Amino acid sequence: MEWEIVIGLEIHAQLATRSKIFSGASTAYGAAPNTQACAVDLGLPGVLPVLNREAVRMAVKFGLAIDAQITPRSVFARKNYFYPDLPKGYQISQFELPVVGVGQLEIQVEGEAPRVIGVTRAHLEEDAGKSLHEDFHGSTGIDLNRAGTPLLEIVSEPDLRSAREAVAYMKKIHSLVQYLEICDGNMQEGSFRCDANVSVRPAGETALGTRSEIKNLNSFRFVERAINIEVERQIDLIEGGGKVVQETRLYDSDKDETRSMRSKEEAFDYRYFPDPDLLPLEIDEAYIEAVRQSLPELPDARKGRFITELGLGEYEAGVLTASRELADYFEEAVNVAGDDARRTANWVMGDLLGALNRAGKEITESPVSAELLGGMLRRINDNTISGKIAKQVFECMWNGEGDADTIIEQKGLKQVTDSGAIEKIIDEIIASNPAQVEQYRAGKDKLFGFFVGQVMKATQGKANPAQVNELLKRKLAG
Amino acid sequence: MSVDQTDITKVALLARLEIDEADVPQYVDNLSNILALVEQMSEVDTDSVVPMAHPLDAAQRLRADEVTEVDQRDRFQALAPQVEAGLYLVPKVIE
Amino acid sequence: MHTKTIAQLSAALRSGEISSVELTTLFLARIKQHNPALNCYISITEAQALEAAAAADQRLKGGDATPLTGIPIAHKDIFCTEGVKTTCGSKMLDNFIAPYESTCTAKFAAAGAVMLGKTNMDEFAMGSSNETSYYGAVKNPWDQGRVPGGSSGGSVAAVAARLAPAATGTDTGGSIRQPAALCGLTGLKPTYGRVSRYGMIAFASSLDQAGPVTYSAEDAALLMNVMAGFDERDSTSVEREVPDYTAELTNSIEGLKIGLPKEYFDDGLDENIARVIERAIKAYEALGAVVKEISLPNTALAVPTYYVVAPAECSTNLSRFDGVRFGHRCDDPKDLFDLYTRSRGEGFGAEVKRRIMIGTYVLSAGYYDAYYLKAQKIRRLISEDFRAAFETVDVIMGPTAPSTAFKLGEKADDPVTMYLSDIYTIAVNMAGLPAASIPAGFVDGLPVGLQVIGNYFDESRLLNVAHQYQQATDWHLQVPAEFQ
Repeated sequence: MEWEIVIGLEIHAQLATRSKIFSGASTAYGAAPNTQACAVDLGLPGVLPVLNREAVRMAVKFGLAIDAQITPRSVFARKNYFYPDLPKGYQISQFELPVVGVGQLEIQVEGEAPRVIGVTRAHLEEDAGKSLHEDFHGSTGIDLNRAGTPLLEIVSEPDLRSAREAVAYMKKIHSLVQYLEICDGNMQEGSFRCDANVSVRPAGETALGTRSEIKNLNSFRFVERAINIEVERQIDLIEGGGKVVQETRLYDSDKDETRSMRSKEEAFDYRYFPDPDLLPLEIDEAYIEAVRQSLPELPDARKGRFITELGLGEYEAGVLTASRELADYFEEAVNVAGDDARRTANWVMGDLLGALNRAGKEITESPVSAELLGGMLRRINDNTISGKIAKQVFECMWNGEGDADTIIEQKGLKQVTDSGAIEKIIDEIIASNPAQVEQYRAGKDKLFGFFVGQVMKATQGKANPAQVNELLKRKLAG
Repeated sequence: MSVDQTDITKVALLARLEIDEADVPQYVDNLSNILALVEQMSEVDTDSVVPMAHPLDAAQRLRADEVTEVDQRDRFQALAPQVEAGLYLVPKVIE
Repeated sequence: MHTKTIAQLSAALRSGEISSVELTTLFLARIKQHNPALNCYISITEAQALEAAAAADQRLKGGDATPLTGIPIAHKDIFCTEGVKTTCGSKMLDNFIAPYESTCTAKFAAAGAVMLGKTNMDEFAMGSSNETSYYGAVKNPWDQGRVPGGSSGGSVAAVAARLAPAATGTDTGGSIRQPAALCGLTGLKPTYGRVSRYGMIAFASSLDQAGPVTYSAEDAALLMNVMAGFDERDSTSVEREVPDYTAELTNSIEGLKIGLPKEYFDDGLDENIARVIERAIKAYEALGAVVKEISLPNTALAVPTYYVVAPAECSTNLSRFDGVRFGHRCDDPKDLFDLYTRSRGEGFGAEVKRRIMIGTYVLSAGYYDAYYLKAQKIRRLISEDFRAAFETVDVIMGPTAPSTAFKLGEKADDPVTMYLSDIYTIAVNMAGLPAASIPAGFVDGLPVGLQVIGNYFDESRLLNVAHQYQQATDWHLQVPAEFQ
């Protein structure tokens, strides 16, 4: 049987505010346990929440970036459940009236047509603390530093049809929140994480199958793995005559499996109701307009500009705008290089990303800065070095040996463009290879490459290839 | 509307309250009486009424995004039944 | 000296007739003498009080004193007071030394008032008789076999017995006004949002409001001048200028339009109380007020609605008491679930558990619309009744409580009968309006309170209306024989 996969993602993005969503405690990552948990975060008796202005602004920015309705009067609700990392016994969230309503964005999986994915809503809520399970004499330790950190929960429609689409969607949101400067996107620190709702149904069926929710996926790779494994599990289960149970599952990356989070407690009954300590959040048109004016150039707009202004192809533009940092790097390199944006694009996407990938580094950690790379490309563009020599220069820059001009100078890599010198070398090669010259002149054209190779060898690759070609042709013609 | 023993057990579980088995009948009684009192509400037609969550028709005020709190961990943890290495301790949580 | 009003004590302190240390010592001695019988204080903060009094004396000499500098005051044990045990009348917080100060008590401290101690109350303010306190029942100073009312029973009994010249209380469904009525005092519940709730342990967040308990309306005005005001730490606090509440006290009430809701004078009201209230209304007419019958048609729905809204809010407000970060924790929990259920089962008393259960039930899946949402709608109807009434009258008057102080234990086993003690006070909290109870006479030696309800933020007028009555009568100056 053919199965269709249906996926919806709930992404949690920690908003990059200085202080917490309802208190004046710091949100900085990595502090000693509970040193950033103030009276409000601890839920001490008598304390009250007051909403952070910046968290609201960030949520509105996101809403505008995905063309969503901004709710004029949204409401905070209490989601009630007992857990040690939830100090008040309820999480302040939004339920019936979220700040951001229905929106959408376009994703593209390499080699497939672009697709529009619906965003159901995005709402503001507070993060919980952390439970540390390493052994404290059989106890669990609770650190509430993270409690009260603002989260934007972004809920997609069940529009995603493959693990790769899910990853593309998540990457798109990841890029967007960084473009908007509302989330640092750091997945290792948990600033950006997601839950995946996964179900399968026979192809052509319109009703949704029973879904399971895979919790707390904190890398793109895990999202892809976990979904694929869960889909396989569900299909095997159904084909074996079983039924999928609606439940929460955990992805175990060590065992590469999902497993049920069995809870001996009753099914959850969150008892949502409007938080009486908070009033409705009102957002008017003037405010929305002001936020709209402050939006930076977004990935899709930038991609369009790379295509029309810089002459890049659709695919290249897509790759280079996937993250704000990469796009910024690329634009700076283009500016320094002077012209030929496509050459810059090829270098960034090829040599640079390849080297970064091998070294396990992010673009922001690149040993070769955009200025260095651009400087080198400028020397290709002005014929100081050939593309081939540039590879050598790039490697030297990667190893910290200075900028392109210094390396070219020190290593004598400057291209030989003196035609007299090249002619002299060609004459020598013709003289010392009479047999090959004869064969070439008898019609064996393939030998031309042999002569180019000999010239390049003699000049250690520094001869201008175009000149070499032209002179060789003339001389060999006799 | 009245409640039975099963309701009491379920609600006590949701609210994380240990209830003495012997007290359950009294809770059934009390809660049923209270719900009977509350039941008067159903006599009123409220279809067209907008719910009122709050006495004052006001909007949420927003705070500047500033760090105003300092570390008071020692002071707060002096109130806690069990702490170690700056962490609050609870019986092992199994996920 | 102990029967003087704050206005009089303030004058005595300024003239040097008495020092704050002397006054504080006097009240501390009275507390020691009478508290064992009345049980109105949970904590007596003697050392701190004497220190604060000495500082107040310096300030009085220095000339930057406020009207409350050096005045002893008692705070309901619902307000967090830094470094002082704050129990909320519960075993749950028997070990809780508050690590911060509530906005309300901080304002009194800043004004130079001297805290004598923390007063007894119904557990988490849930009760109308002060019998649900973990620290035992409080006795009514007028008849120690009777309740003082609740939940601010300790504050009210302390002031009635002159063990403090004034006290703070909180009022969620009548918890200032009903005990004030039962003990013959002036109690004011301000407009919701007028006094900060920060540091006041929450019972029902959309209903709770702190207010003064005093002998006279003039004293209540002096306390309101300190308590009222915007607090940036409370999102429900109102950004609105605070008037001088003493400024309008002496205004004439000639032409004042008083509304008498016919629903407040129906069969449920004790005849003797009705007579006292009617006499008080006559006195107002004598002062030039005009009386008119009005209707608040949804009055009977106030109690049922309240017993959805208040328990729903309290059920989640009290979830933070889980034995993890503060408060009672059971011995040797075998797992997390056991930690929660036993800590909470042991820490909370019967009435608190009942209300948590009701609240949890009405919010649970399948019941929300029928109960909570319905209650919110009726809440609007109740508010609309008042809104309509205030289009034709300036204040609304009626009884504060349906009966005088009842006997200890009389209603303790019957929650619903107990809840009906607040039948006249609850609607005011649902609407968020200000209201006062002022002493209006006695039935069989027990005080009766007249309730005066005002429009939003009309506390000045309420106090003016109360003060004018108190200029014409002396019910508010009566002191139980044993405490004169």
